[in-house]
Amino acid sequence: MKSGSNLEKILESGQFAVTGECGPPQGADRSVIERKAQFLRGNVDAVNVTDNQTSIVRMSSIATCALLNQMGLEGTMQMVTRDRNRIAMQSDIFGAYALGIKNILCLSGDHQSFGNHPTSKNVFDLDSIQLIHAVRQMRDEGKVLGGDEIKGVPKMFIGAAANPFADPFEFRVVRLAKKVAAGADFIQTQCIYNMDKFEKWMQMVRDRGLHEKVHILAGVTPLKSVGMAKYMKEKVAGMDVPDEIIERLKGAPKEKKAEEGINICLETIQRLKEIKGVHGIHLMAIEWEEMVPVIVKKAGLLPRPTPPSEVKK
Amino acid sequence: MIVGERKSLEDIRKMISGYRKVLVAGCGTCVTVCFAGGEKEVATLSSALRLAAKKGGDGIEILEATIQRQCDIEFIQELKEKVEQVEAILSMGCGAGVQTIAETFREIPVYPALNTRFIGRTDEQGLWSERCAACGDCLLHLTGGICPVARCSKSILNGPCGGSKDGKCEIKSEVDCAWQLIYDRLKALGQLNKLEEIIPVKDWSANRDGGPRKQVREDMKL
Amino acid sequence: MVEKKNPFSPKIAAFCCFHSAYQAADIAGAMRNPYAEGVYLLRVPCAGKIEELHILQAFEKGADGVLVLACPEESCHYISGNIRAKKRVGHILQLLEAIGLEPDRLKIFNLASNQAPKFVEVVKGMAQRIKDLGPSPIKAGDSGR
Repeated sequence: MKSGSNLEKILESGQFAVTGECGPPQGADRSVIERKAQFLRGNVDAVNVTDNQTSIVRMSSIATCALLNQMGLEGTMQMVTRDRNRIAMQSDIFGAYALGIKNILCLSGDHQSFGNHPTSKNVFDLDSIQLIHAVRQMRDEGKVLGGDEIKGVPKMFIGAAANPFADPFEFRVVRLAKKVAAGADFIQTQCIYNMDKFEKWMQMVRDRGLHEKVHILAGVTPLKSVGMAKYMKEKVAGMDVPDEIIERLKGAPKEKKAEEGINICLETIQRLKEIKGVHGIHLMAIEWEEMVPVIVKKAGLLPRPTPPSEVKK
Repeated sequence: MIVGERKSLEDIRKMISGYRKVLVAGCGTCVTVCFAGGEKEVATLSSALRLAAKKGGDGIEILEATIQRQCDIEFIQELKEKVEQVEAILSMGCGAGVQTIAETFREIPVYPALNTRFIGRTDEQGLWSERCAACGDCLLHLTGGICPVARCSKSILNGPCGGSKDGKCEIKSEVDCAWQLIYDRLKALGQLNKLEEIIPVKDWSANRDGGPRKQVREDMKL
Repeated sequence: MVEKKNPFSPKIAAFCCFHSAYQAADIAGAMRNPYAEGVYLLRVPCAGKIEELHILQAFEKGADGVLVLACPEESCHYISGNIRAKKRVGHILQLLEAIGLEPDRLKIFNLASNQAPKFVEVVKGMAQRIKDLGPSPIKAGDSGR
């Protein structure tokens, strides 16, 4: 065991993992997290907490993960390299581990021009691959990037993101290989609507033997409406939403569109379970957290292997 | 070359408001090439300033002079005679030029007429784009001659990120994805294997992050 | 006693492309087709030769309005000098706005060498426009409001 986290235990034991996501509030209101936590508790193995997603200032990932841990869930701290240099990132990793956070997802991060502070300086001292390497060095060699020994080694389970739908397509798997070589233990992909493309990507992954070196969790997001589907297709970088999906939603009667979105999601999960090398799903029910229990149940993924731990006050 | 762009007339007027006699100094090198601060631009700006001053009910007398380069004191000395006649200098050079003039003529205020923007090249007449970030530790040999520090919006060294689409950057479609360019170039060169290697963390102390930089050639000093 | 104001007679600098407008102006003159007073014809080998500075200098020297007269779009003798002129006029209009000159004081038209009536029409139209606008605000600085 590298970290002993719940997520690691489930993946290492060969069970199909389910991770969820919690977007923190644009402020210090912890009740938002409490509300989201109730839908996630008992339905997922770990919860990703985004790090100032789309460069909009939100409660920090480390604080939100610490709160989730108190609420009996296991947080996965997402860390982008956009806002912090290596000093701050390594420092936050020390702090996170001291607070009981054991999973980290290393990302570059959306450019700050997307968010509510487009005039800020961006940092990008490291990129995501260099961050993975840094965390692995901290964990396995007990040293910070500069070389000093660490007193109290943070034993993190290291994750990275992969986007099978970005360009250049042929290169995405090479980049995945680099993340694995740098030290990634698990991968979460961008949410999948184009199953054919994903299956192609997975074939390339298997051709390189990467499915045996890293745990891949396939990203899934239920579509609430035609508007949401169109928005994802047109406005979100790196997203591939085939026209058939949009047509399907359009074709559903008005009151049944959301239900159709859930059906598409469940079909996706079913297909994903059958793909060799996919070890779990990463369910991102954006602003629709109340559907998580529904989806997980209907997908036949309940009960989760680990019962939710006691809520620590 | 260094690419700059003239500030708005409004901003320039604010800077020099109150002065009645000003020297507008142009530079014959980079800013001439990007049509921002050469001899012609000096004449155009001076004319515009006179017109605007007249409209505002003021007068302004403008001396005009363009020197070869504003980053070398020996050229700046040529301005001495005109400088003695004016109350302020409006430099149309890059930031290095403005400051060199200010350091040479310490008794007189010097103002920047340009926003210095980037180190780049001429794509075609009338269009210039950024190429170099002056990071102090060039890695162009690893990326097929295309710079990810300057041309990737996130300066990623192991790119592309997940936002690259159809060869364009996620921030806007006018920006090429540097890593798509690198990938295509290395493919054409038969050097795609270079991309299998992880480029390690960068030493940013060679960049401006390490403090203002100096460079010396002892053998060339007089 | 009521003071009689001097009627305003606009001064217009007309940059005329030698291959088109200048010839049209010549024909208009030969046909005794009167166009407005106060129009100064400035002959250029191509409208594309006109620089921002020339237009500004025209205003500095007392023009109330400036015309740029170029060949029709597909007929420039230097291929695209007239397109360049159009872009330059568009560019300098921004500067004129910053200076405080009304955009109607600078106009560009295309006409062919045999279009004397059009030349007259354009110039007359400009003169009227400038008359309506009044003297250039630059000059207001000279003689008081």
